[in-house]
Amino acid sequence: MSARPVYVAGVGIHPFGRFEDKDVTALGQAAVRDALSEAGVGRGGFQAAFCGTVYTGVAAGHKVLGGLGLSGVPIVNVEAGCASGGAALGLGAAAIASGQRDCVLVFGMEKMPRGIIRSSFFPPWCEEAGFSPAPAYFAMRARRLMLESGVTREDLARVSVKNHAHGVHNPYAMYRKPFTMEMVLGAQMVCDPLTLFMLCSPNEGAAAVVLSARPGPVAPAVQVRAAVLRSHVPGSALGEHTPMSGLVADEPPGPTETAAREAYELAGVAPSDLDVVELQDTDSGREILSIEELGLCPRGGGGQFVADGAGEMTGRLPVNPSGGLLSKGEPLGASALGQVVELVWQLRGVAGKRQVDGARVALGHTVGRGANASVVVLTR
Amino acid sequence: MAQVPIHPGLFTPPGDPRGARLLAGRCPACGKHHFPAAGTCPYCTAEGCEPVALGAAGTLYLYTVVNARPPGYRGDVPYGFGIVELPEGLRVVSRIAETDLDVLQVGLPVKLEIAPLFTNDAGDEVLSFAYRPDETVR
Repeated sequence: MSARPVYVAGVGIHPFGRFEDKDVTALGQAAVRDALSEAGVGRGGFQAAFCGTVYTGVAAGHKVLGGLGLSGVPIVNVEAGCASGGAALGLGAAAIASGQRDCVLVFGMEKMPRGIIRSSFFPPWCEEAGFSPAPAYFAMRARRLMLESGVTREDLARVSVKNHAHGVHNPYAMYRKPFTMEMVLGAQMVCDPLTLFMLCSPNEGAAAVVLSARPGPVAPAVQVRAAVLRSHVPGSALGEHTPMSGLVADEPPGPTETAAREAYELAGVAPSDLDVVELQDTDSGREILSIEELGLCPRGGGGQFVADGAGEMTGRLPVNPSGGLLSKGEPLGASALGQVVELVWQLRGVAGKRQVDGARVALGHTVGRGANASVVVLTR
Repeated sequence: MAQVPIHPGLFTPPGDPRGARLLAGRCPACGKHHFPAAGTCPYCTAEGCEPVALGAAGTLYLYTVVNARPPGYRGDVPYGFGIVELPEGLRVVSRIAETDLDVLQVGLPVKLEIAPLFTNDAGDEVLSFAYRPDETVR
């Protein structure tokens, strides 16, 4: 992405939550309107659109833009599981960087069913046999952290307490109440060691970003320095591709690690350069695993990172100041772009009580079904 | 009442002289095993992988207990769920026929069983696989 700089010219978000009175198209349109308005871009002002969504079905992005009188440009609908928005952002950024487009619209939206995510990923016999529940896989990854990274049940609870404390200040989050250690540890056990309040809720929402070869009207200008998507390499029985087997030896790096390496190289930054991070916290253990895989601490150092409070607002690297998915909920197609919107506000210095002072380098991360992982680096 | 496997090719049929075994693919080129068996090796892309019966005994690597019924699941809840390490160098994701978290632990010896999970609409017993703590190993 060295050819031309890629600027974020405008951002928009529809709150994440439950909205019985709106369909998914209306959610997407709200975010798109706000992003285009902030960028000062209307019909004819962008040359392509990329829409991340998983559950919406045929022509999802076309319905959003068609209803706003904005169709005519190429509209590409992108499914990459939890990383769908990151995948869409990567396509948009590449179109700008290469010189193919001068301005593009990237958006994502979702309206998820309640409860455990049901996915067409698993054939019916896998569901019948009990292989489908995502929290069971999350729980085993969390247990591995307990075995290999010194993570305790209290550490898992602490992540949830931290993110919910952040979410109190986020008007776009679904849950805006503080949680105590006792509440999180004492909540219903879903899959040991994960309780209900250590798991995020699938929900509804939308986010949108206008990318441009030139800075937008809002200063300071924020640049996309990397937007990388990677899939899994087989070998790990615990990989996000949820295989039925893996190897005892030679466990390969996961897609988060490979995407992060590439993103750091493209952006010319190291983990120590980061000021603020929004990362995948589908469950408390996932946040700690993401911290390790992104290189924010040494492998095996996740428990210490949490115990040190390193990811708190007062810590050395605030993690999920938005409240993360634990507070916001996870609308798959929108979650990665929701992170980008938060990070743009952080870099502009307008995040209010969530603001990380002086943030200049930011990283966003999502990972999930596919497997897919996306890592985004933004700077001002 | 007839017995049918939940999916073809996963494990040996009842009465098989090899006993209750999972059927993995073994790559003729790199020698690695994968499960379920496929023709193409996921590790080196070689073709011509042959199904082989895996050993019945393994050790528990990771585990949890699923307390709420997942959508589509036809067995009883709660149920154990885990990853079992086998001598062939394979880790297999499986139901675990034990839900007591005081019993489940890393390194626990386990043994494969193939047993009815539910009765389908045709009245057949549907067989699936699980690993159970092996009381004979101390």
